[in-house]
Amino acid sequence: MNMMMALLGWVDDRFPLTKLWKEHLSEYYAPKNFNFWYYFGSLALLVLVIQIVSGIFLTIHYKPDASLDASGIPEAFKSVEYIMRDVEWGWFIRYMHSTGASAFFIVVYLHMFRGLIYGSYRKPRELIWIFGVFIYLALMAEGFFGYLLPWGQMSYWGAQVIVNLFAAVPFGIGEPLSEWIRGDFVISDATLNRFFAFHVIAVPLVLIMLIAAHIMALHEVGSGNPDGIEIKKNKGPDGIPLDGIPFHPYYTVKDILGVVVFLIGFFAVVFFAPTMFGYFIEVPNFEPANPLKTPDHIAPVWYYTPFYAMLRAVPPMFGSQFPGVIVMGAAIVVLFFLPWIDRSPVKSIRYKDLRTKLALAGFVVSFIWLGYLGVVSASPVKTMIAQCATLVYFGYFLYMPYYSRTEITSSMFRAPLVALYSIVTLGIIWYWWAGEVSAEITAVISLFTLAYTTYFLILPAYVVPAVVKPVPERVTK
Amino acid sequence: MKKKLITCLLLCLPLFAHAAGDVHLEKADINLENKSSLRHGAKLFVNYCLSCHSASMMRYSRVGQGLGLTDDQVLDNLMFVANFDFDKLEEGEAKKIGELMTVALRKEDGEKYFGTPVPDLTLTARAKGADWLYTYLTTFYVDSKRPFGVNNTTFSNVGMPHVLWELDGLKDRVPKKDADGKVMKDKDGHEIMELVRITEGTMSDAEYKRAVTDLVNFMVYMAEPIQLERQRTGIFVMFFLIILFLLAYMLKKEYWKDVH
Repeated sequence: MNMMMALLGWVDDRFPLTKLWKEHLSEYYAPKNFNFWYYFGSLALLVLVIQIVSGIFLTIHYKPDASLDASGIPEAFKSVEYIMRDVEWGWFIRYMHSTGASAFFIVVYLHMFRGLIYGSYRKPRELIWIFGVFIYLALMAEGFFGYLLPWGQMSYWGAQVIVNLFAAVPFGIGEPLSEWIRGDFVISDATLNRFFAFHVIAVPLVLIMLIAAHIMALHEVGSGNPDGIEIKKNKGPDGIPLDGIPFHPYYTVKDILGVVVFLIGFFAVVFFAPTMFGYFIEVPNFEPANPLKTPDHIAPVWYYTPFYAMLRAVPPMFGSQFPGVIVMGAAIVVLFFLPWIDRSPVKSIRYKDLRTKLALAGFVVSFIWLGYLGVVSASPVKTMIAQCATLVYFGYFLYMPYYSRTEITSSMFRAPLVALYSIVTLGIIWYWWAGEVSAEITAVISLFTLAYTTYFLILPAYVVPAVVKPVPERVTK
Repeated sequence: MKKKLITCLLLCLPLFAHAAGDVHLEKADINLENKSSLRHGAKLFVNYCLSCHSASMMRYSRVGQGLGLTDDQVLDNLMFVANFDFDKLEEGEAKKIGELMTVALRKEDGEKYFGTPVPDLTLTARAKGADWLYTYLTTFYVDSKRPFGVNNTTFSNVGMPHVLWELDGLKDRVPKKDADGKVMKDKDGHEIMELVRITEGTMSDAEYKRAVTDLVNFMVYMAEPIQLERQRTGIFVMFFLIILFLLAYMLKKEYWKDVH
């Protein structure tokens, strides 16, 4: 024991080991009232580790090579099957990685939802949220680059569709831009090699640095909690928050419990349904990439489909798909503004009014609907629903300054902004009536949209401000 | 909170009302535990499929493992000269058990003969599904307009001839009639067609369906040879995690006793 202490002292004189341990674990005071939704941060970290470790083993055997062997099978595709068949436990490593990709998004979506309901993005945690949105973006890039690597039909055509989005940029920039990304005129060996580089080193580096920044910023200001109370405002005589408990051992043992429950679900998929009925590994990806044969229906993996549905919901304007690309991009960019558009005096949904809760529910339901609509092939009615869902998605953010504030304030922006939102909404309704969908369905969706805009925009902006409940001094159970 | 969550979930319910598929697929009654079915399927596969199609990501040794056959049994009964690289054979190389299930037919020749590249079959059962394969292999019919004289209701204008015709016999595609001899129509007014046998094969209808089931069974095995072992391992993993859950739960409870 003395030897160990002496060694620790020797290290501490040269590296802040004990200091780091205390700052981030044994003397990091977290609110004692974390609930179910607070498991997903540590779970995201777990999935990151799973992806990195399984990914290293995959890179040992994988070949980013699009050339065909004598049987006409691309080397990259063959090397994945080699991992599945000839590498000891290769199938296990590969299924962990493919399931891990979807698990990462499930965990991150729930983690972000936690942020929405408990106002984790509010002052002083704006930077934590912004780093978080960048992590989400990096994760989407990581998933996209990785999806090309098995070089199956959906890998190939999915990448084709997404890279072509860049070709939609006007002013003669689009074509050269998409060629620059591909390194070729079509998705090819050059594309596969560079996507491999992005997937195994470039994006993971960015991800790890962002995650470090995310956690450093969190530990600087301290964790939020389901009551939206700053526990640092109530400190005991020893300077320790009265509602805080040391992260280690309390939350380490609690998170271990979360980890085990998560792993039960995770390994149930890995061992019993590794393709998750075509949602985690898409069925057409069991056919090698064939540049001459377009699949009947190209659908991205489930975690991108809400944005893909928005892209398809926007009709081409001036002969260009670019407006759809803008809307899809805006759906993510709008997240960055969240800390400033929420004007509620309270952070947590527990003390907000029904209207705010409904706006959030509308957001969640529209996101799930868009996710579904992005999976299935389009039809006029589905496109109309996707357009309506896109409005509700954006309404959650764009109308938030109005439905979240507790008093009606008139600023110089209020009238022009409300007018702009209303004109866009009316314009879309007018567009629906000019379409081919039956009058009954059009009427129902138009009425819903009008009611939504009135209830969440017009009324709060001019007539009924939000009402909040009093927030208690100390955290509740 | 719970009520609201349930309401949200209910609002998403219409999502599951969606039904898929346009071609009706018969259910393939396969069983990967049935070794004799797998062996019969492998025999059909190497005799009928592996002359044009490759299964180039599958090794013969792996076939033996899954079917409970020794290496010698596989070498003697499932590995045929026609499936080998002629150049290698001329050099007098012996066939090896670790060999991949390639085919002598060159890619470019296959494309010339059939008008389309002959697909590799290693993963077809995963790409198309067992039911699709089963239905496809039982729905060939005589069509004089096609180069090989047959067409298929599951995969229309398919480039493949009806390789199993000797076993199956031939079928014709005719309008379906009801008990009164009237042609049946679907709700859009199209005639409903059905397949009727016009020549007998060496197998009865039930025997042929059994043979196709065995063949599909083998192809499902080939598409993911590890699947049975995967599920068996999974049960142990679940068992372990449940024990771990109990321990983790008790540990958490013990530590959190003093938090109020």
